[in-house]
Amino acid sequence: MSSTEQGGTQQGGTQQPATADPWVTAQRSPEFVQMRKKLRGFVFPMTAFFLLWYFLYVALAAFAPAFMAIRVLGNINLGLIIGLLQFVSTFTITTIYVMFANKNIDPPGTHIREQLEAGAR
Amino acid sequence: MIRDVAQETGGVGEPLINGGIFLIFVVITLVIVFRVSRSSKSAADYYAAGRSFTGPQNGVAISGDYLSAASFLGITGAIALNGYDGFLYSIGFLVAWLVALLLVAEQLRNTGEFTMGDVLSFRMRRRPVRAAAAVSTLAVSFFYLLAQMAGAGGLVALLLDVDSVAGQAITVAVVGVLMIVYVLIGGMRGTTWVQIIKGFLLISGAALMSIWMLGSYGFNLSELLGQAVANSPDNGEAILAPGLQYGETTVDKINFISLALALVLGTAGLPHILMRFYTVPTGREARKSVVWAIWLIGIFYLFSLVLGYGAAAMVGPERIAAAPGGPNSAAPLLAFELGGVVLLGFISAVAFATILAVVAGLTITASASFAHDVYANVIKHGEMDPDGEVRVARITALVIGALAIVGGIFALSAGLNIAFLVALAFAVAASANLPAILFSLFWKRFNTSGVLWSMYGGLISCVVLIAFSPVISGKPVDPATGTSPSLVQGVDFSWFPLDNPGLVSIPLSFILGIMGTLIGRHPRDEKRFAEMEVRSLTGAGSEKAVPH
Repeated sequence: MSSTEQGGTQQGGTQQPATADPWVTAQRSPEFVQMRKKLRGFVFPMTAFFLLWYFLYVALAAFAPAFMAIRVLGNINLGLIIGLLQFVSTFTITTIYVMFANKNIDPPGTHIREQLEAGAR
Repeated sequence: MIRDVAQETGGVGEPLINGGIFLIFVVITLVIVFRVSRSSKSAADYYAAGRSFTGPQNGVAISGDYLSAASFLGITGAIALNGYDGFLYSIGFLVAWLVALLLVAEQLRNTGEFTMGDVLSFRMRRRPVRAAAAVSTLAVSFFYLLAQMAGAGGLVALLLDVDSVAGQAITVAVVGVLMIVYVLIGGMRGTTWVQIIKGFLLISGAALMSIWMLGSYGFNLSELLGQAVANSPDNGEAILAPGLQYGETTVDKINFISLALALVLGTAGLPHILMRFYTVPTGREARKSVVWAIWLIGIFYLFSLVLGYGAAAMVGPERIAAAPGGPNSAAPLLAFELGGVVLLGFISAVAFATILAVVAGLTITASASFAHDVYANVIKHGEMDPDGEVRVARITALVIGALAIVGGIFALSAGLNIAFLVALAFAVAASANLPAILFSLFWKRFNTSGVLWSMYGGLISCVVLIAFSPVISGKPVDPATGTSPSLVQGVDFSWFPLDNPGLVSIPLSFILGIMGTLIGRHPRDEKRFAEMEVRSLTGAGSEKAVPH
């Protein structure tokens, strides 16, 4: 994943637009640059987090089965609880992302789209 | 009394009732497919159901497409026999959806038209990239189809009490013909409705059984687990902790990590899942679809945990292992134990419907990729009318259906393991497709060479590593059966120690994508990248819903 982040398009903004291509103009607009930065600032760390958390769980299951077998409540052990926490974290990340996207991605996205579609007419 | 009769004949319950309920499902879905197909005319109708489904509808359809027989029968059986290790599968299958939600679904919907090739070729040289996308789509779909068709054959052994090879082959053929009918008549719209009905039936069936199950233990999960332990004389308490299936040697453990990697990165690269995102009108609806799918799939896997341990507690691992379908019979046997022949008939019909809906989705995806990517754009250079393209897609669906029937009968007679075939499809999807999709969407410098290196490198390394893995040859002979669990008996040409190639082939595909981009000669297209990036995040210029 790290290699996808380093590319970016930041250096593109320093060049002057050579043409009046509407897509290039939109891509270099501050509103779009800001929106992309916000989106990447959310989804890349979140992806890193859930992958790390998932592989921590997988590694525990593979290399520390005795730890996972520790009983907590009756027959319910740590392995079951950590496994169920994977469900909880997945549902939670889903909900947080929807709230984030509704607030930070959809309004500027709609605005940029409407500008582009108005310009195309 | 009934149970004794069932055990004598080898199957469970009444084959007539099992078959009858399935027949009702087929008739109802066929009527619906006929009704909705009246408005299927254009390419957007055939491939993407006119982009007319809502997010929630598509979410149910995605869960219907994704929860295959391997999920329902396979995971329940794996938990019943191997306890906790079966649960690990379902967690990988669920967490994988976050990759689709955060990185892929909306962007794909906003930049593509019908296929994965649309997105990958957006800012690249079209013909080679589309050809690569089609090759990989066909490979993943083929492995997945084989798994489902072989599953159909295995299922009838248990449910319709057909244990002759010829009888099972006929069932595979019937499933194949039905799937071709759904796809040819209904296109994506008909296929989607079949998946919606199946998703609804499957999840409500699992809910009914789980609540019934928990209810009979006073809604006390700990007590249910205790009964499962008491009923597993061989493994006892070991079924509650990881390690029974994947715990013995270091190679086993590394194998398990390789599988986990393929599961979590494979979902967002499965072509038949990606294609579902085109059936909604906007990227926002695509997001809603994934949210619905995550909740439904997650809840379903929670039920499968209860059902798996429930089957161990109520039926017992020994009876399950001895039943005709082996581990796959855990869910049907539990249904019989809980609700007798009627519930068993219902669950059997749901299992058949599951296979039917998944194979229909795979067939339409594979045929769309061939007709749209290969035929219209590579062979005809994009100069082809959409009607002609749809005609080619229908003919392709027919050919793929026929191949799936032949392949399914072969997989069945060769005794190929269904869970292995599904894991293989995930490994190919994660190696060949996902790196190229992510780089295309997020890495400005990525170019045509990068796509080709990553996709072909991922696909070839995956297939080669499997060919020389213990799955194909070289596993020690099992003294109980006298045969080796490997596909090829008597010779050992394996040198790759893992059953699942993901741990090597997925990182390799990412590295090849970077190397190809840096070394390759292909220049990048700045304007097309600007258009792709703006479209992917805003939805500007994307295909709209088709009024009908």
